[in-house]
Amino acid sequence: MVANLGYGALVIAFLISLYGAGAALYGVRKNDPAWIDSARNAMLLTFPLVSLAALTIIYLLVTNHYEVEYVTSVTSNSMPFYLKVTALWGGQAGSLIFWSWLMSAFASAVTLRKWERDREFLPWVIVVSLVTLAFFLSLSIFIENPFVRLWQTGTGSVVSAMLQPAGAVSFVPADGSGLNPLLRHPGMIIHPPLLYLGFVSFVIPYAFAIAALVTGRTDDRWIRLTRRWSLVAWLFLSLGLLLGGRWAYDVLGWGGYWGWDPVEIAAFMPWLTGTAFLHSVMIQEKRGMLKHWNMILVILTYDLVIFGTFLTRSGVLSSVHAFAQSAIGPVFFGFIGLTFIVSLSLLLRRWNELKSEAQMTSMLSREALFLLNNLLFMGILVVCFWGVLFPLISELFTGQKVTVGPPFYERATAPLFGGLLLLMGVAPLAAWRHSTAKTLGRSMWKPFIASLVVLAFVLLTGVRNPIALLGFWLCAFVAAVTLYEFWRGAQARHHTRAESLPLALWRLAGRNRRRYGGYVIHLGVVLMAIGIIGIELFQSETQGTIPQGNQLTLGDYSITFDSLANFDTNDGRNVARAVVSVFKDGQYVGELHPRRDYYYESQQPMTIPGVRSSWEDDFYVLLVDWQPVSTQGATFKIYHNPLVNWLWLGGFVFILGTLVAAWPDRDPETARVPVRRTAYKPAEA
Amino acid sequence: MKSLRSPLPLLLALFLLAGLAVSLGSSGPAQAQQSTPPGVTDDQVNAVAKQLYCPVCENIPLDVCPTTACAQWRALIKEKLGQGWSEAQIKDYFVAQYGDRVLASPPARGLNWLVYLIPPVILTIGAFILYRALRSWKQPPSSAGEPGQPVTGPTDPYAARLEEELRRR
Repeated sequence: MVANLGYGALVIAFLISLYGAGAALYGVRKNDPAWIDSARNAMLLTFPLVSLAALTIIYLLVTNHYEVEYVTSVTSNSMPFYLKVTALWGGQAGSLIFWSWLMSAFASAVTLRKWERDREFLPWVIVVSLVTLAFFLSLSIFIENPFVRLWQTGTGSVVSAMLQPAGAVSFVPADGSGLNPLLRHPGMIIHPPLLYLGFVSFVIPYAFAIAALVTGRTDDRWIRLTRRWSLVAWLFLSLGLLLGGRWAYDVLGWGGYWGWDPVEIAAFMPWLTGTAFLHSVMIQEKRGMLKHWNMILVILTYDLVIFGTFLTRSGVLSSVHAFAQSAIGPVFFGFIGLTFIVSLSLLLRRWNELKSEAQMTSMLSREALFLLNNLLFMGILVVCFWGVLFPLISELFTGQKVTVGPPFYERATAPLFGGLLLLMGVAPLAAWRHSTAKTLGRSMWKPFIASLVVLAFVLLTGVRNPIALLGFWLCAFVAAVTLYEFWRGAQARHHTRAESLPLALWRLAGRNRRRYGGYVIHLGVVLMAIGIIGIELFQSETQGTIPQGNQLTLGDYSITFDSLANFDTNDGRNVARAVVSVFKDGQYVGELHPRRDYYYESQQPMTIPGVRSSWEDDFYVLLVDWQPVSTQGATFKIYHNPLVNWLWLGGFVFILGTLVAAWPDRDPETARVPVRRTAYKPAEA
Repeated sequence: MKSLRSPLPLLLALFLLAGLAVSLGSSGPAQAQQSTPPGVTDDQVNAVAKQLYCPVCENIPLDVCPTTACAQWRALIKEKLGQGWSEAQIKDYFVAQYGDRVLASPPARGLNWLVYLIPPVILTIGAFILYRALRSWKQPPSSAGEPGQPVTGPTDPYAARLEEELRRR
């Protein structure tokens, strides 16, 4: 039986993980490299085993083995092949296996690197990775087993169990209930794997941090070793969040991209600490400061990753009582608590060894501003964390559930995001170590003037909303500073090296890709901020029921309801598709087809908007309702979303910048040699 | 533990019953719109619905929620608006029926105060710690000439700083 094969592979992988962690600990204790090599081999062995389990599920999914409960719950006969494969992460049990699979892949990859210079880290990286893996495997084996099958007992009732109950026969439903229609979108197919990739790859920097704490090798070696891992983890997490936003915009039919839903926030929180970490490690690398803080950030990120998975997987969000009833919640909670306490006590043990090597010399130095940036990121984290947690606390203590919705988050985080934007404009101009208001002012006045010019231009276009004006000015300021930094750097090289400007720019970016990749990311953020200001402050909407041939108007736009077709498809949907003509300033500009898909199997409707996109705005039409006889009319909801495409463009730029920053060096070992204390030598000719 | 039991199941049952009663007339994918009381536009309904959340569809504002149940709620809002109810009255009505959770953010009273107080308090504490830390680290700029400062090299101070920063990756 194929399901038994998969389950067996999981159990063996779990036992091997436990063995590997034990062997690594024993090897350290006895100072015996043979045990550590054995632990390393155990870690490498988990990957083929978990792969076997995952491939088994995929096999069961694509071959319609409906006797397996998970297969029944996420697939159906009418689903295409690729959706059956991706149904691996379409449900709870499968997505936990997927998590373990990625974890074992990453752990194996990190095991295969050259360890000569960091031999003492190896056993501890193995322990952390394998304990994390064993935890997730245990969830799959004991609580959310994807291989559980359906059985019909002698009395005729259907039960689910891993092993055949006495007197029962296998029960094979004729068809499954199918994947949630909302998840049948290309964005949703790659969005969860990307988030998971981001989640799982943050385990690796954490493993190195713990290794550094345990071994007492608390210099910045662990940071240099995991710099690229952190950036790649961050890249995946950012991509996952962006695609999630795009999916919401395309599929959820509410004209937005981010709803401050706890599930979204669950993925956003590790991103916040990760972003703070990426900034503050630079202070440790350059100045040997903030060693404690970096440890705290990486521990927080790891536990927020687990917490995020817990939030989305335990059912705690729908009710605290669901959490208490399912076994998975308390187990997760225990694991988070345990890892957090163990990590913190390790940190406290090394507290004195993590003393700063340098001192802060100016409140306006780049390191001080980076710390301010960290404070703001932590502030946003606190708002998010508290906002997600409070309804649970309220339900627990008063029995009354409350909703903490977008108004709370928007009001609380908007000033913090604004502060971050301002810092993005100021910090790149501040020097490490000492920077005074005078030197800062001197390098700032040109971009400042440029930003005022942009502000004047924005005023000329008729924008009067003070928050929007402030926001646009900040965007202009950050963009001007960032471009100015590129320009100044290229100019400096151009003069001192006699390189042509484009070459100077290319070499400049090439010599410190993290710095200039970071600046590109900042430009991406500016573009995204423009889009966000546009849609958040200037979105308008209207809704109305119009008979065929009639018009509905919103601002400069109007639509005419031309026709409506209602038909069944062969993949189990009933589709109502309207045809509307769009007019802008009275001119015909095109036709849109908003539709409503109704999935018979899951009895779920899905609203697909018709969208006309331009750099200026999106015109977004939803079919809300219709009369059986189309001449009686249909109800449309139309949104005007100014500047929203800048958000997506910014997303591209953002990812591009991350790729620039994370791109591998040609010779990683020489590039990673610590240079902090080397004396200054004139640059090579 | 009895006192901690949430009234949720009861509320849900009531809610579903109410939904069922209203939806008896329509079934299947194509639902007919209830007849519109004169003078109330969909925009007016949405303006109120935007601020409300139904207890079933978590975290989806009522104005955009696609489920039949939420359509009933919107119809109810329309009816109330048609009877001349104000926005506040309608919100109070839903709160009375289904509890505070129908509101987009918790009303500021009792335990709910915590939701608004905790983040600013923690942020203030964080800012204070940071300020203290910066103060204790801060040294007069005269001692800033640490080793590693460029002593030769390009004469333009910016170029020098840039060279140095690029070197210290």
